[in-house]
Amino acid sequence: MSSQGLRRLFGDPLNAVLSLGVLAAALVCLPPLVRWGLVNAVFQPDPAACEALQGRGACWGVVAEKARFIVLGRYPADALWRPALAAGLIAGSWLVAAFGRLSGGRLAAVLALPPLAALPILGGGFAGLEAVPTELWGGLPLTLLLTAAGMAGALPLGIAVAYGRRSRLPVLRGILTGYVELARGIPLVAALFVASFLLPLFFPDGMALDMLWRVLIAIVLFAAAYLSEIVRGGLQAIPTGQLDAAAALGFTPWQAQRHVVLPQVLGAVAPSLANSAIALFKDTSLVTIVSLYELTGSLGLALAGDAQWRPFYLEAWIFLATIYWAGCTLLARLSRQLEQGQPRRPGDRPHP
Amino acid sequence: MAPRHTARLAQALILAVFLGLAALLATTTAEHLAQRGIRSGFDFLLEPAGFALGESLLAFEPEDTTLRAFAAGLANTLRVALPGVVLALTVGILTGFARMGDNPLLRGLASGAIDAFRNVPLLLQLLAWYFILTDLLPAADAALRLGPGVYLSKSGLALPWWGEQGFETPEIAGFGIEGGARLTPEYLAMLLGLVLYSAAYIAETLRGAVEALPPGQRLAALAMGMTPRQAFLLVVLPQAWRAALPPVTSQLLNLFKNASLAVAIGYPDLVSVAGTSLNQTGRAIECLSIVIAVYLLLSLAAAALSRHLEARSLRGSHE
Repeated sequence: MSSQGLRRLFGDPLNAVLSLGVLAAALVCLPPLVRWGLVNAVFQPDPAACEALQGRGACWGVVAEKARFIVLGRYPADALWRPALAAGLIAGSWLVAAFGRLSGGRLAAVLALPPLAALPILGGGFAGLEAVPTELWGGLPLTLLLTAAGMAGALPLGIAVAYGRRSRLPVLRGILTGYVELARGIPLVAALFVASFLLPLFFPDGMALDMLWRVLIAIVLFAAAYLSEIVRGGLQAIPTGQLDAAAALGFTPWQAQRHVVLPQVLGAVAPSLANSAIALFKDTSLVTIVSLYELTGSLGLALAGDAQWRPFYLEAWIFLATIYWAGCTLLARLSRQLEQGQPRRPGDRPHP
Repeated sequence: MAPRHTARLAQALILAVFLGLAALLATTTAEHLAQRGIRSGFDFLLEPAGFALGESLLAFEPEDTTLRAFAAGLANTLRVALPGVVLALTVGILTGFARMGDNPLLRGLASGAIDAFRNVPLLLQLLAWYFILTDLLPAADAALRLGPGVYLSKSGLALPWWGEQGFETPEIAGFGIEGGARLTPEYLAMLLGLVLYSAAYIAETLRGAVEALPPGQRLAALAMGMTPRQAFLLVVLPQAWRAALPPVTSQLLNLFKNASLAVAIGYPDLVSVAGTSLNQTGRAIECLSIVIAVYLLLSLAAAALSRHLEARSLRGSHE
C-alpha cells in the first residue's frame, strides 16, 4: 500500500482506532461467513444433505428448488413462457432506457408499452392462449407489472393534477390539493386496505373488479399524488419569460405548454421521476398484505407450507433481496442516465 | 361571455360533477352495505373488542372497548416510531459522517451498508429480522447473554427494569426468563428494520446536502487556516444541515408511515388493530377512516414541526 494510503488509514489516533476496528470486525465476521456461504454450503436441491449441515453451511439448494416458483409464482406450469416473456419485456425496456440514449417520446414509448403488452400476454383468452385469472399472476412479472403500469398510469394523472393545482379556479385547486395531501399523508398499506375493502363497496355491481385492478387503481392514485408534487415543482421552476417568449412567437397558451414548458419540466424532473419509480418498485412488495403474491409474497408462499425447505428461508431470502437490489440498481442507473441527458443551461452549477 | 363568468360556470360545473360523483358513491355504498347486512356507525367503538393484542403498552384485555384497542394500537405505533426516530437520526448521521469521512475502510463499509439497506424493500428486511429473531436465536432456556441481566432469545430481549419488586435483573429460570422487562421479537424486528432503513436514507440525504454546497465554502475555511475537520464541522455541516432538514423531516415522517408494515409480522400497531377490528365487525369504512384521520393528523403535526425547525434554523443564520 502506498504511504499516502497508510496515512489515510492510520494518520491520526481517531482514524487508526476506526481502521483497526473495521479490520478486526472483518477478521471476526468474514471467515465464518465464507465458511457458511461457500465452503460448507450445499448447492444441490438435496434436503437430506441440507439438513445434515445443521446450520454450519448455507443450503443454496433451496434456491435451485424454489427459484421457479418464487420468480414466476403460481402461474400454470404449462404456460410459463408467458410470465417469463412479460417480465422480460418490462425488464428489457428498463435496460434499454438505462443504457440506451433515448429521450422524449421514444423513451416514454419504450417504458409505457411493455406493461401494456404484458397484460394480454399474462391474461390470455385470445388467439389460442388459455385465459389465466389474475389471482394466479405472481412473482417477478407481477412486481414489474405493478411498477411499470403504476408509473405509466400515475405520470399522466400526476401531470394533470399538477396543472390543475395551478388553475385559476379555487374549487378545482381545493379538490386537487385535498386529494394530494390525503394521498401523501397516509401509508400505502392504508391505501391498499381501502382498495381491498372499500373499492368493492364503491363500485356499482356490474363493475366488480379483481383485486389486481383494485390494487393497481390504489397504486396509481397513490403514486400520482407524489408525482404531481414533483411536476408542480418543475413547473414552478420555469421562468415566466418562457411563456411570454412563446406568446410573442404566436404560440397559443396550449401550444406553449405542450411544446415549450412541459418538455423542459419533464426533462428537468426525469431523475426525480425515476427515483419515484425505485420507491414504487420496492413498495409493490406491500401488495402481499392484501394477498397478491408478487416476489415478496411468493417467497412466503413457496416456503411457508413446506416443512422440508422452510428452515432455509434465509438463503431464499438472500436470493430475493439480490433480485430487488438489482432492480433498484438498474432504475438508479436509469435515473443517472436521465440526469446526464439534461441539456445544461448557462448558469447551471455542474453536478458533483 | 366575460372570462369571469366562464370561470364561475366552470367552477360550478366542477363542483357539480364532484358532488354528483360523491353522491353516487355514497348511494352505491349504502346499497351494498344494506345488501350485505352490514350496519354502519361508530357505535362499535364502545362495544367490547373481543380480540386480544399480542402486546400493548396500554393495558388491554379482549373485554375492553374497541376504542381502547385503537388507542392501544396508536400507542404501539408511537412506542416503535418515537424511539425509531431518535435512533434513525443518530445512526443516520453517524453513517453519513462515516460515508463522507477520510477513512477509506469506513467509507467503503458505510457506502456498502447504505446501498444494501436502501435497495431492498423494507417489508423484506422486516421479514428477515423477524425470521432471525424468532427462528435462528436459541430458546429462552439457552438465551444468549449479552451483558449482566441482558438476554436475547427466541422470546425476545430481556432487560433489567423496574418490576413489582423494585429494580429487577432478568434471570434464566426453568424454561423461561424471569424478571425485568421484555421486548418482543415483533417489536425488535420493527425497530431494527425501521431504524436501519431510515438511517440509510438520512445518511444519503446528508451526503447529498454536503455535496450540493459550493466547494468554495470549504476552500475558504481551509484558506483561513482551519483544519479539514474544523472546516467540515464548523462551516460545511451547519449549512448542509439546513438544506437537509426538509428531506430529513420527510424521512422521519416516512418512518411513522412505514410503522404500518407491522401488520405483516404481527406487531399490533394502529393499522393492524384496524385490520383486526375490520375483520371482526365488517365496519371497513369506519375502521379505515380512523386510520386515515390519525395519519393525516400526524402528517399535519410533522409539517408544523418541520416549519418551526426550518424557521429556527434560518434565524440562526446571517443571511
